[in-house]
Amino acid sequence: MNKTFTIIKREYLSRVRKKSFIVMTILGPLLMAALLIVPVFIARMSDSVYEVAIVDDTRLFHTEFVDANNVKFTDINIDVDSAIELMKANKFDAVLHIPTTAFQAPSTLRLFSEKAINMNAKLYIENILRNEFELMKLAHAGIDPEVLKATETKISITAIRLLRDGHEQTDYPEVSMGLGIFGGILIYFFVFLFGAQVMRGVMEEKSNRIVEIIVSSVKPFQLMMGKIVGIAMVGLTQFLIWIFLTFAIVGTVSAAMPDVFRFTPQQNIYISSAQSLNPAELQQQMQQVEQQNTPAGQIMEALGAINYKVMILSFIFFFLGGYLLYAALFAAIGSAVDNEADTQQFMLPITIPMIFSIVMAQMVMNNPAGPVAFWLSIIPFTSPIIMMVRIPFGVPWFDLWLSVILLILGFLATTWLAAKIYRTGILMYGKKVSYKDLWKWVRRAG
Amino acid sequence: MKYIFQAENIYKQYEKHQALTDVSVMVPRHGIFGLLGPNGAGKTTLIRIINQIISPDQGKLLFNGEKLNAKHIAQIGYLPEERGLYKKMKVGEQALYLAQLKNVDTKAARKSLKEWFEKFDLLPWWDRKVEELSKGMQQKVQFIITILHKPELLIFDEPFSGFDPINVNLLKSEILKLRDQGTSIIFSTHNMSSVEELCDHIALINKSEKILDGNLEEIKKAHSNRIFTLEIGDLQKSMEEILSPVAHILSYENSKDGIVKTKVRIDEGYNANDLIKHILPSAQFHGFQEELPSMNDIFIKTVTGKYPQELEKEDLKLHMDIDTQ
Repeated sequence: MNKTFTIIKREYLSRVRKKSFIVMTILGPLLMAALLIVPVFIARMSDSVYEVAIVDDTRLFHTEFVDANNVKFTDINIDVDSAIELMKANKFDAVLHIPTTAFQAPSTLRLFSEKAINMNAKLYIENILRNEFELMKLAHAGIDPEVLKATETKISITAIRLLRDGHEQTDYPEVSMGLGIFGGILIYFFVFLFGAQVMRGVMEEKSNRIVEIIVSSVKPFQLMMGKIVGIAMVGLTQFLIWIFLTFAIVGTVSAAMPDVFRFTPQQNIYISSAQSLNPAELQQQMQQVEQQNTPAGQIMEALGAINYKVMILSFIFFFLGGYLLYAALFAAIGSAVDNEADTQQFMLPITIPMIFSIVMAQMVMNNPAGPVAFWLSIIPFTSPIIMMVRIPFGVPWFDLWLSVILLILGFLATTWLAAKIYRTGILMYGKKVSYKDLWKWVRRAG
Repeated sequence: MKYIFQAENIYKQYEKHQALTDVSVMVPRHGIFGLLGPNGAGKTTLIRIINQIISPDQGKLLFNGEKLNAKHIAQIGYLPEERGLYKKMKVGEQALYLAQLKNVDTKAARKSLKEWFEKFDLLPWWDRKVEELSKGMQQKVQFIITILHKPELLIFDEPFSGFDPINVNLLKSEILKLRDQGTSIIFSTHNMSSVEELCDHIALINKSEKILDGNLEEIKKAHSNRIFTLEIGDLQKSMEEILSPVAHILSYENSKDGIVKTKVRIDEGYNANDLIKHILPSAQFHGFQEELPSMNDIFIKTVTGKYPQELEKEDLKLHMDIDTQ
C-alpha cells in the first residue's frame, strides 16, 4: 500500500509539474471564459447595416418596411433598372423589386444584390411581405384583422413535475438538455484525455525498459493502479482549477461590466387559485407571468431549480467511474503493444461505446425517462455519459443507485481483466499481439 | 544454511513453449553463482521467478530456507539485462524513487545515494535529466539503484554490456567487494571469460533444462579432455616414437636449450601415469601440466555435444555467436 502511494505520488507530481499541464490549466479557463463572454459581446456588437432599396411598383407595401437592427430600408420611387444602377454605384446593398404582379404571383418578387445576399435581411423581408399579403387576403375575404388578432393566443405550458415528497417543480427541458450534453461531453473528453495518458505512460515504461526494474520491487498490479489513480488525481486537479478559474474570470468580467450581463432573476409567481381571482387581477397576474417568460428569466430560474449537489457529486462520481473503467483498458492496451501505431486495432472497442453514447445522447434527451435512456444509463460502458445527460432532467434514486453499483462492478471487472493482460504484456517484446493472444493472457493463471 | 536460494523441480510453460523443465538450482551463500546458457534457454525466466515477477507452474522455491514470499523482495536486488530509466525524470529524484519502492527510508537512501554517486563521479549529474546522461552513466546509475538497499542476494543479468573496459573493471571490483562483504550474487552472462574470472559455482541451462551445475573447478576437472603439455629435452628417439602408443601430438614447438614443448592427448586405455612411465626412459622431463578445458569449450561442448576444435565450418558460426554475446 505504501509503495502504491509512492507510485501515485510520482505519477501525479511528474505530470502536474510539466509545462504543458500548467499551460493547459491556465489556458483552459481562459478559453472557457471566452466561450461564455465572447458571444455576449458579439451579440451586442451591431453588425454593419444592410441597406435595401425598395422599388414598389404597386405602391401598396413600401410603408410597411420598418428598419430593423441591421437592415435599413429606403423607398425609391424609380424604375428597377435605375435602382440597380444606383446599387452598382454603391448606394445600396440590395434592391427589392415588388412588381405589380406580386400579389397574384409572389414568385415574381425579386431581391437584387451584387454581393452575397444577407440571409437575415431576406428572411425579414419575406416575413413582412407574408404578413401584408395575408392581411390583404383576409380583407378580400371580408375578415376583420382585429378579430383575427383577438383570436391569436400564445401558448407556453409550464411543465410541473409532482415529486414524491409532494413538492412541485417546474421543468425546463431546454436548460436541462444544455447542461446534460455539456456534462456528457466533458466526461467523454476527460476519459479520452486521461485514459490516453495512462496508455502512453504504460508504453513509456515498457519501451524504455524500466518496467522490469519496477516490477522486481512492486507487483504489476500496484504499478498499474498507482498510475491510474495518479492520473485520475491529475484530472481532478485540472478540472477543479478550471471550474474555479472560469468562475473567477467570468465573475470578474461581469462585475467590471455589469451592463453586459443583465440577467435579473425574477420572483416566482405562482398562480395557486386562479379561479378565485377576478378578471382584472387575473389579467395583471398573466402579464407578470408573461414578463417572466423571457428566455433569460427562464434560464435563471431553471439554473436555480437544478440540484447542484447531486449534479456536482454525480459528475465527479461518473467522471471517476467512467475514467477508471476505461483507464484500466487503456493500460492493458499500452502494455500489449510495442509502439503507438499498434494501438489502433485495440482502440476500437474502447472508442465505439464512447462515441455511441454521444450519438445516443440526443435520443436520451428527447425521452429522458424512456427505456433507451434507462438501459444506456445503467450499462457501465455507456452510463458515465448517458447518466450525466439524464441527471439534469431528474433521475429516480433507483436508477441512479443501480447505475452507480453497476459502474463500480464494471470497473472492478475491467481492472481485473486488464491486470491479467498488463502483467504479461509489460514483459512481452517484439511480438505483434492479436486479440487471441490477449485472451490467452487473461485465461492463464499465475 | 549453506544455500541462500534453492529452486527445486521448477516447471514453467508459456502457451506452447516450455521455458523451464524440472530445473533445480542451489545458490551457495557468499559466492558468485554463474547462470549460463544460450539465448532463449530459460535463464531470464528463472531470474524472473526468483524475483517473483512471474510464478512457476510447479516447483519449490526457498530463500534462506524459507518459502519465497513477498517480504524477500526487499532482500533481493536485480539488474535486468534490458534496463532503462524514465528519460524525463531527474537522476537523483529517480534513484530516490526506485529506492523507496524497495522500502528504503528516504533519508537513508539520500545519504547513501550521495556516497555512491560521489564514488562513481555522478554527483554533478544529480539534478540533470536522465536523457542527458551517456549510456555508460545511466548503467552506473542502474547499478547503484540495484545495490542501494543492501540486499542479501544480488542478481546481475549481463551487467557489463554497454560498458567500456575501464568501467567494466570498476564494476568488477565493486562486485567482488560486495561478495567479500558477504553478499551472494547470481551472475548471468554469455561472457565465459568473466565467468572464469568471477564465478565459484555455475549452472548451465539449455533448451529449458539444466544440463550442468556445480563448483567451477570441479566441472573443469570433470571435463578434462586428456590434453597435457609436456616440456621434455634430451630426446633419444623421435617424438612420435617416444609417445606411441600412449599419446599423440596435437601441437609441437621447439624452444631454446633443446627443450620441446608439446601438447598431447592421451589415447583411450591409458592415463597420465602411463604416459610419464612411457616417456621417462627416453627423455628428460622439464614440465608436465594438464590443460583443463576453458569454460568456453565446456559451454560449447555441453550445448552442442562437440568441442570447438571439432566443429565443422557451419557449426563454427554458432561458436562465434556464443562467444561474442
